[in-house]
Amino acid sequence: MNGILLQLFQDTLVVVIAPLLLGWVNQCRAWLQNRSGAGVLQPYRNLIKLFHKDAVLAHNASPLFRFTPYILFASMWLAAALVPVVATDLPLSPAVDVIALVGIFALARVFISLAAMDIGTSFGTLGARREMLVGFLAEPALLMIFFTAAAISQSTSLVTIVETLAHKQFVIHPSLAFAAIAFVMVLLAENARIPVDNPSTHLELTMIHEAMILEYSARHLAMVEWASMLKLLAYTTIGFALFMPWGIAEAGNWSALPVALIALFLKLAVAGAGLALLETLSAKMRIFRVPEFMGTAFLLAVLGLLVHFLHGN
Amino acid sequence: MENFAGQLINLFAALLLLIAFGMLSQRRILSLINLFALQGLVLSVSTLFVAYTSHQHHLYYSAGLTLLLKVIILPWILHRLIRKLNIKWDVETLFNIPTTMLVGIGLVVFAFNLAAPISLMAGTITKSSLGIAMACVLLSFLMMITRSKAIPQVIGFLAMENGLFFAATSATYGMPMVVELGIALDVLIGMFILGIFFFQIRETFDSLDLKHMEKLKED
Repeated sequence: MNGILLQLFQDTLVVVIAPLLLGWVNQCRAWLQNRSGAGVLQPYRNLIKLFHKDAVLAHNASPLFRFTPYILFASMWLAAALVPVVATDLPLSPAVDVIALVGIFALARVFISLAAMDIGTSFGTLGARREMLVGFLAEPALLMIFFTAAAISQSTSLVTIVETLAHKQFVIHPSLAFAAIAFVMVLLAENARIPVDNPSTHLELTMIHEAMILEYSARHLAMVEWASMLKLLAYTTIGFALFMPWGIAEAGNWSALPVALIALFLKLAVAGAGLALLETLSAKMRIFRVPEFMGTAFLLAVLGLLVHFLHGN
Repeated sequence: MENFAGQLINLFAALLLLIAFGMLSQRRILSLINLFALQGLVLSVSTLFVAYTSHQHHLYYSAGLTLLLKVIILPWILHRLIRKLNIKWDVETLFNIPTTMLVGIGLVVFAFNLAAPISLMAGTITKSSLGIAMACVLLSFLMMITRSKAIPQVIGFLAMENGLFFAATSATYGMPMVVELGIALDVLIGMFILGIFFFQIRETFDSLDLKHMEKLKED
């Protein structure tokens, strides 16, 4: 019973704090650029505004276009809810396989690309193609990162990985250092952050994610936006699970929950600020440099695996 | 504590490999020099840890020598050189970078396999890093092959020396002090001579691209 409650709590938590994370990242970026910023609550205001508007659909929009936002939101919520955020060994935890997680992300990517091409505007098609280009290069890199972590804990279950890394004796794994750098690169690419895509531009030459969702409005747009916030949160928490799993509560251990929550918020604050710093420091790449960027990520992940087998631990 | 230091040394070895790949993928000369200085720093710190865990006092001197030579003097000379030659930006590569990186991965696999039987025989705490050291040597070699300009090639040469030094440290706790001093001096003098060569090459060909040197052969 407690387990189910904890699972429900975690599921609600991720969906509620996802906009907060984006707001925090944007606020940090604003500070770094010497602006005062719109405040960390701005994403919530945006979502509320969008939910109150009337939706406009193109005449030739198919049902696929209508239900894609819900599929996106559901799969991202599922991904974010499956990742052990505050506690391990929840009722859903046997389902948390890293390969399944990659599959969930791929499902969302397929649907958003199809929906983008559905209306038939040139922007949508352009965005969908670019998204597929980035995605098909990011996916193997992400899998290799997961395999590096899985090789250490002898399991592809994210929960086992977290338990191995968090509750055992502290050991430095050089392979994880490689995997961590690769993971940051994949995170930037998958979440349409600056070196790969600029989330705050509508300049036709550069946009990837924005080009795909140009045709969406009102509640559909809100769902898509919320889904991408959840995706950012899911990726960040996967990063925590793999590379800094400390402070997470064990199952049914209610007393460890406040500590786990504080640790989570601290880690999110640091990661958000780090992401903002990274985005401020780097410049947007040309789209044809992206394959090179993702190739480097894949290479680093492979190196991580190789180093792991070299040291044989 | 000993175990922890061993893990730290492994981490530094991994960092060395990472920096070697960073250098391989770098397009700008300025960042290349900074990466080279960083590699020297990591090498120096890891030697310090090896010295501490193995109680080999001469390794402290090696670490100090590395710090002085490869983190301070050589990067300083290189910085001065590129300022005088006025070539801060472009690095021409013969292959495109992803291909070079893929070849690099192949080299790493090769080096790891090659080092596996050797490191079984070594009795040092750093024996598993031997593969990484060999990989660093091969990657620097690859950098020398794939770059057409003179300065990146020289940096590749210096990075190769870094790899060799690390290999010696990880396999046998370093070479005798005399040898190490000799190599350090050689590298320093070599750098001076190559620095003079750069100016000569540029004066003759108006460029630092070594492809022009093919014209030198007699028909």
